[in-house]
Amino acid sequence: MQKKIIKLFILLLIVFVIGVFFISLNKHSIYDTRSLIGQKITDIRLDHFSKNKTITGEDLSKNNFTLINFWASWCKPCRDEHSILLKLNREKNLKLLGVNVKDKKNNALKFLNDLGNPYDELARDELGKHSVNFGIYGVPESILINKDLIIIKKFIGPISKNDYEYIKNTVRK
Amino acid sequence: MLSNIGNTLLFLNILLGIFIIYFSFKNLQNKKISISKNIYHICLFQSTFIIICFLTLVAAFIISDFSIITVYQNSHSLKPFFYKISGTWGNHEGSLLLWVIILTIFSFLFLLYNKSHSRNYRIYSLIIQNTLILGFLFFLLFNSNPFSAISPTPKEGLGLNPILQDPALAIHPPLLYIGFVGSSIYFSAAIASLLTNYSGRLFAHSIKNWVLISWSFQTLGILAGSIWAYYELGWGGFWFWDPVENASLLPWFAMTALLHSLIVLEKRNFLYFWVIILCLLTFILSVTGTFLVRSGILNSVHTFANDPSRGLYILVFLSLMIFGSVLLFFNKFKNSNYNLNSNSKETFILINNWFMIFYLITVLLGTVYPIFTEVLTDHKVSVGPPFYNTVIIPIVILFLFFMSVGPQTQWIKNKFYNLNLLFKILIASIFINFSIIYLFKSYSLISNFIIISAVFLIIASLIDLYKLFKIQKMDSSRVISHLSFGFLILFIGLNYNFSLEKDFNLKLGERKKFDNYSLEFKDLRLEDFKNYKAVIGEFKINNSQRNLNQSLYPEIRIYENPSTITYEASIRSGLLKDYYITMSNIDRSDYYNIKFQKKPFMMWIWISVIFISLGGFLRLFQNAKKDY
Repeated sequence: MQKKIIKLFILLLIVFVIGVFFISLNKHSIYDTRSLIGQKITDIRLDHFSKNKTITGEDLSKNNFTLINFWASWCKPCRDEHSILLKLNREKNLKLLGVNVKDKKNNALKFLNDLGNPYDELARDELGKHSVNFGIYGVPESILINKDLIIIKKFIGPISKNDYEYIKNTVRK
Repeated sequence: MLSNIGNTLLFLNILLGIFIIYFSFKNLQNKKISISKNIYHICLFQSTFIIICFLTLVAAFIISDFSIITVYQNSHSLKPFFYKISGTWGNHEGSLLLWVIILTIFSFLFLLYNKSHSRNYRIYSLIIQNTLILGFLFFLLFNSNPFSAISPTPKEGLGLNPILQDPALAIHPPLLYIGFVGSSIYFSAAIASLLTNYSGRLFAHSIKNWVLISWSFQTLGILAGSIWAYYELGWGGFWFWDPVENASLLPWFAMTALLHSLIVLEKRNFLYFWVIILCLLTFILSVTGTFLVRSGILNSVHTFANDPSRGLYILVFLSLMIFGSVLLFFNKFKNSNYNLNSNSKETFILINNWFMIFYLITVLLGTVYPIFTEVLTDHKVSVGPPFYNTVIIPIVILFLFFMSVGPQTQWIKNKFYNLNLLFKILIASIFINFSIIYLFKSYSLISNFIIISAVFLIIASLIDLYKLFKIQKMDSSRVISHLSFGFLILFIGLNYNFSLEKDFNLKLGERKKFDNYSLEFKDLRLEDFKNYKAVIGEFKINNSQRNLNQSLYPEIRIYENPSTITYEASIRSGLLKDYYITMSNIDRSDYYNIKFQKKPFMMWIWISVIFISLGGFLRLFQNAKKDY
């Protein structure tokens, strides 16, 4: 009897392991940022730039639309897109979340002082580890999400005039 | 043209495989003692054809025949000759062909070199092995055909992934494959043994050399991979507990356990079912590893291209193998009682086995746990070095002590090794440990234990070596492997404790000072090479205390075909330590991110592993001399 239970247990264990392998076969495990469109961002956890708090998905679901912009003071194209971000800041339905990536705090603050601060909230990712979770390869990149935290579009590189029009139209609909 | 030859040969091989199985069953029915000559001939043809088939693919790579998709996707006419050849197995399809070759050649050699063993046992081994061969041939022909043609023929190929263009990596797959694909032969033999009740000593004798072959090559294969990761990937160390590395380590643990318990089976006729479990487990783990790495479930450098159908085929094959062997095992398993003396050699070998199984389970859990959590809870976790270090390191200390004492014990007898001497060795090891601390710097408590136990094993093995030298007894292979293992752990311990790692950003012309070192970014230049451009930095390391003055040249390479950027570490290897610099550009700035490392005794870690496997080859040589 006892032997039978052990045998059965071993068999069930094997079935379970193979079953899990089977399910995971059909999961996408490779990050391709393009395939992220239409998906929900599940785990958002970013350290606030100056305050001692964490920005989570809950905070973002309060906004109709959020543009998450990854930037750094040492990055020249970030300067280029800055004027567009400032314009986007005037959109009523859109909140801007800046994520300062791999940067020195003082340099970042100076950057915002000199050029203006377009962000409603500012987070900080000193080591660039959290940004990876968003499928970020470099800066600048931006992600437009809606209330349900679903990714509508990804912008790799600086936001262009066309991108600006696109965001404006999407947000105003 | 070559595509047709290849396909025909693959198809012929399938037919031959079916013939072998058919004739083998026919042979089982007659009463002759020997195996029919026909079977030998077909097996010879089978091996010859598969080798020609492989050479056809190699030829296609050499002449850059881009009408074959595999060549088109993985080669380029400008690629150096050597890498054209190694490109043959640097991709999914080609490496799978290598699988089949090893399965086939091992099948033939096993048949050839076991003439003294029972006929039915040999025939069943042949049948099982050929079932495996057929399984992989079908997979090859219908899912991952290396000879698929492409029309119209492209003018130029896409090129071999530059990170695969490396000498260590060129030999890594063949070595590793002889290791874990070679383990298929004792999987087949174990099943045949269960089916024909050909058990005990004779069974152990028939497979022991095959276990030795696969173990020795597996050790070298893991080493080649590890060296490649160190030099080429710039991982900056010898082991990272990366899932891919773990996948090669799992069968190694099982093989090592098997290698030891086989001795018990051969000498004392114990542990038959345990040996069978290990035989089955080794190959099952090998196929599981292949599945994990090839299906794309684990993200790794080996994920050639993500194609779930491949994974599905291997998974189905794996399930059949596991269920078939487990059910057969349950059916044949008989409980047997062993009378073991607590201080006999048998007990110590069993202890070795439990350690091996413990490591195996730890690494297996660490490797598959992330897959499980992702499937079951949708959370991505990653199990890293802290987990392995915490679980494995304390156990290694105990393991090393047992490893020192075990070989001294006697078969059957309950006589313990000279306790007095052991105590002296322990005192000596502790003394050496504290001398190291005194001369260099102190390290953590656990490192103390690691180094003491490693030195303990080294001294015990050296005493053995001296004794063997005096009485001229042939057990040098074991002593060499154990001694080298002691050195391996010692060097790992020292390497871990005396490594220096610095990470900072530098601009051309700047200098960074830390400890006694100063690092100067002297020069930056762009150079054109045959198949890539490189940004080469020149860094000067100075050590004020030791009068050291060396230049290192890390590179950022930009490859054209396929267009890829790789970061080449510049490594200055020395007898006592390696200096290691990688440089990566920071987007849109003048600064470069520099990673500097000082790694003591790297060279000795590699050398220790070579000697560990050398022990295996030596034993093989001794066995061959004894048998013929």
